[in-house]
Amino acid sequence: MATMTYREALNRAMDEEMARDESVVLMGEEVAEYDGAYKVSRGLLAKYGDGRVLDTPITELGFTGLGVGAAIAGMRPIVEWMTHNFALLALDQVVNEAAKLRHMSGGRLSVPIVFRGPNGPAEYLSSQHSQALASYWVHVPGLRVVSPSNPADAYGLLKSAIRDNDPVVVLESELLYGDKGEVPDEETLVPIGKAAIARAGTDVTIVAFGRPVKYALEAAAILEQRGISAEVVDLRSLRPLDEDTIMASVGKTGRAVVVDESWPAASVGAYVAHRIASERFDSLDAPVEFVSSEDVPMPYNHALELAVQPSASKIVAAVLRALYLEA
Amino acid sequence: MKKPDIELYWNLRNEMTRIRRFEEKTGQMYGLRKIGGFCHLYNGQEAVAVGFIGAMDHEKDKVLTGYRDHGHALAAGMDPDGIMAELFGKVTGVSRGKGGSMHLFDQDKGFLGGNGIVGAQIPVAVGVAFAQKYKKTRGATAVFFGDGAIHQGAFHEALNLAKIWKLPAVLICENNQWGMGTSWKRVSAVDDFSLMASAYGVRGEQVDGMDVLAVRDAALRALDDARNGNPVLIEARTYRYKGHSMSDPQKYRTRDEVDEYRKQDPIYLLEEKIKAANAWDEKLALAQDEAADAMAEQAVAFAESSPEPALHTIYEDIYAGVPFFMGGHDAATGRA
Repeated sequence: MATMTYREALNRAMDEEMARDESVVLMGEEVAEYDGAYKVSRGLLAKYGDGRVLDTPITELGFTGLGVGAAIAGMRPIVEWMTHNFALLALDQVVNEAAKLRHMSGGRLSVPIVFRGPNGPAEYLSSQHSQALASYWVHVPGLRVVSPSNPADAYGLLKSAIRDNDPVVVLESELLYGDKGEVPDEETLVPIGKAAIARAGTDVTIVAFGRPVKYALEAAAILEQRGISAEVVDLRSLRPLDEDTIMASVGKTGRAVVVDESWPAASVGAYVAHRIASERFDSLDAPVEFVSSEDVPMPYNHALELAVQPSASKIVAAVLRALYLEA
Repeated sequence: MKKPDIELYWNLRNEMTRIRRFEEKTGQMYGLRKIGGFCHLYNGQEAVAVGFIGAMDHEKDKVLTGYRDHGHALAAGMDPDGIMAELFGKVTGVSRGKGGSMHLFDQDKGFLGGNGIVGAQIPVAVGVAFAQKYKKTRGATAVFFGDGAIHQGAFHEALNLAKIWKLPAVLICENNQWGMGTSWKRVSAVDDFSLMASAYGVRGEQVDGMDVLAVRDAALRALDDARNGNPVLIEARTYRYKGHSMSDPQKYRTRDEVDEYRKQDPIYLLEEKIKAANAWDEKLALAQDEAADAMAEQAVAFAESSPEPALHTIYEDIYAGVPFFMGGHDAATGRA
């Protein structure tokens, strides 16, 4: 096991897949000569050249669509969005093209493409640069969506995404890029569609994905001191969703807290809470608790922006509610 | 002046006639409610698809277009039976009844679709050209779109990308003068779309889109440029005889305007050229017309006699490999 950052793990995944398969190319803003806005593509230009690592103009719609076209013509492009906020400009190409071409062609076309970049809150970035937009992609049949919370999953899920024959959206996080973790030395693929038990427990299930998994684990450590055993399910894949793992855990604990850094309405977290309530009604000892971001645009002020988002203490409070315990 | 290639002229007449008769039949079938939804006919514009696509190398070149795609699909050599069956929504349709009129596909013919979002096919096509260049196929990609689409950011972003990466792409704006019910003159800053090429340092050319020979010549030049890494923008001035779609009452234009353009009908113009070359053959013309009618009749018969798709096919053609569905749906039973 090597210890590396989330950023390095993503880089290693792309490096290995580009070495393995010549049809893999990387394109996006600043990915080549600048080594990536967040340095995720560091060194790839030097290694693979400007035919395979391509700086694009600032035209999210244009280069995302270009990637889709390259994919239907037999390539495996990785399109890096500097952030998912900017991907809104490319929404048409993802929703109407990438996700639909197989279907509209009666199965004739394949769209093996990866769309990746940081999603969710960062710091001091205000309303346009700190949005958690998972729902935009998870809503859409024809896409797969993954959200790695640690370096090993970042590495293994991105490799699976690049090899997948369908369009895959990868939700990274600016605030996870520097996080370190152990990543297997040998080549490893994390399958898309399988959740992980990030921490085993017996009293309550905390379901989270992406960066909030860290808060869920922090909350579980705090709860342990109060004698409460929390199980943390890291979804890893949002579409498809590993309902088997979620339901097995809730079936065992009888209590569920769902955490999502998105806004509450029409969110992945709201959907997961609905599925648990439908599928595990008979095993639940309390209503499903939901910790989302506040239903407000992100403010710039640091105290305010932290107050908007899920936190370990908010999760602890939700767990205590689910257990009918005093805070 | 070079000697007219009479055989080519007759071939072009045949291709245009096939599209015209197919579309006339399509219009009838829509009237009989055999076809539903948005259905955009190509009558009047035949010279553009036939002139351009007929000049392409179908072994390696690719074609993409918008939702007015029947003509391009036929010009690319797609099977009329499969197209008509698709319009009927039958499982034997080229897209298994999933796409309909706007979404015809046949990658074996290099036809990568009929696209329903105005202008969205342009970046996709430039991406196909990217793959052609990357794989050194020497192929080129032609993408067709209308006078409405040229104002989309997708067009401008894609043309810039095609130029900076020297991609083998030809962008053909079929200016049929009406973006749905809006005259192109009311919504364009320029009165010559080929001028837009200069903003991106590419060659722009305007061509008479009612003259199939002029389109073909422009296509041969443009494809040659594109194969050498120089993308081209072509504006083909043309005209559609029918409404924007079948549900368009056409109150925005006069009968006289349509009649005026019918005097420049692309099939008629080509026939005049054949006659001027003393090569008119009434029997051959009649034989082509009858064969085109028979083709359209046969396509309808095939579509009529084809089965409807089974309901379980709603769970197919969404993902590669094992499909999955959110919401706890069981694909085997269709039940939640």
